[in-house]
Amino acid sequence: MADEVLYDFLLLEMVDTMLQTDLDKDICLSKLELLGFRVGHSIVERLTKDSPRFKEELDIMKFICKDFWSVLFKKQIDNLRTNHQGIFVLQENKFRLLALMSNSKQYLEHAPKYLAFPCGLIRGALANFGILSIVTADVSIMPLCKFQIQIQRT
Amino acid sequence: MSRQVARGVDTKKISSELFALTYGSIVAQLVNDYEEDDEINKQLDKMGYNIGIRIIEDFLARSGIGRCTDFRETADIISKVAFKMFLGITPVVTNWSSTGDEFSLLIENNPLTEFVELPDNHSQLNYSNIICGAMRGALEMVQLDVSVWFVQDQLKGDNITEIRLKFNKRLEDALPPGED
Repeated sequence: MADEVLYDFLLLEMVDTMLQTDLDKDICLSKLELLGFRVGHSIVERLTKDSPRFKEELDIMKFICKDFWSVLFKKQIDNLRTNHQGIFVLQENKFRLLALMSNSKQYLEHAPKYLAFPCGLIRGALANFGILSIVTADVSIMPLCKFQIQIQRT
Repeated sequence: MSRQVARGVDTKKISSELFALTYGSIVAQLVNDYEEDDEINKQLDKMGYNIGIRIIEDFLARSGIGRCTDFRETADIISKVAFKMFLGITPVVTNWSSTGDEFSLLIENNPLTEFVELPDNHSQLNYSNIICGAMRGALEMVQLDVSVWFVQDQLKGDNITEIRLKFNKRLEDALPPGED
């Protein structure tokens, strides 16, 4: 059983290390997102191995907000909203990685690099349910953070 | 009604898997980014060092442990308290050198390597090198200059994972630069 603090440090260190792998910051961010994707993808596989098939998209989203998020961040997502047309907004009032940093606008410019990984987590999880999506994160004041999920219909 | 599916799943187990998977993805990405195994080892060691110098604070605050009087005590605390607290394992302390400044930690089931198989072309890669960096960093913050390296690795076909620690010197109290 790995310790929570250790996991936080690992994530913080991961961000720094990945940002040094390429000069182009966007490439680094997409690497972090990809890392999240892989992890989210495999965690969902382990979590749902004994569960029955989910009926609707909304059920899947609820699963992400409750079970999936609890495993990752030891709490559920605080608020889930949707326009019923393929856009979901997941709101975290106190996102753990950001809560370590600030509770104001201070260091706001650093927030995006710590959110690429969780965005990837959500996208990877959904991908394993067969849902293609684009996930973006939005912070206006730390540690509140909103993840917007746009489902891609084909 | 039966939508609450994951209730029966052992979330504790998943979260240690989460740790292993996250670490594995990081290593996999580094393998993509750097060509030489040595360079990857160096990056992992650096990550570990940075974690170590910070996590020692958390460790001291939570465990309430004071200064060690000798290296044997340090070894005991590393294996029985620190490893237990952070990774949930207790490595065996063994193979003391006659001078008492070197010992080995034997790890039977390394939590980081749960889903890992090393491909043949990465024979120089020390997959769990982050542990070495973390110990070096943490010990440096309590004024111990220590070298840490892998002697045996289960991923490379050895029966056990063995990490060797060597005490180099005590770091003296130094004032931060710019202060008299």
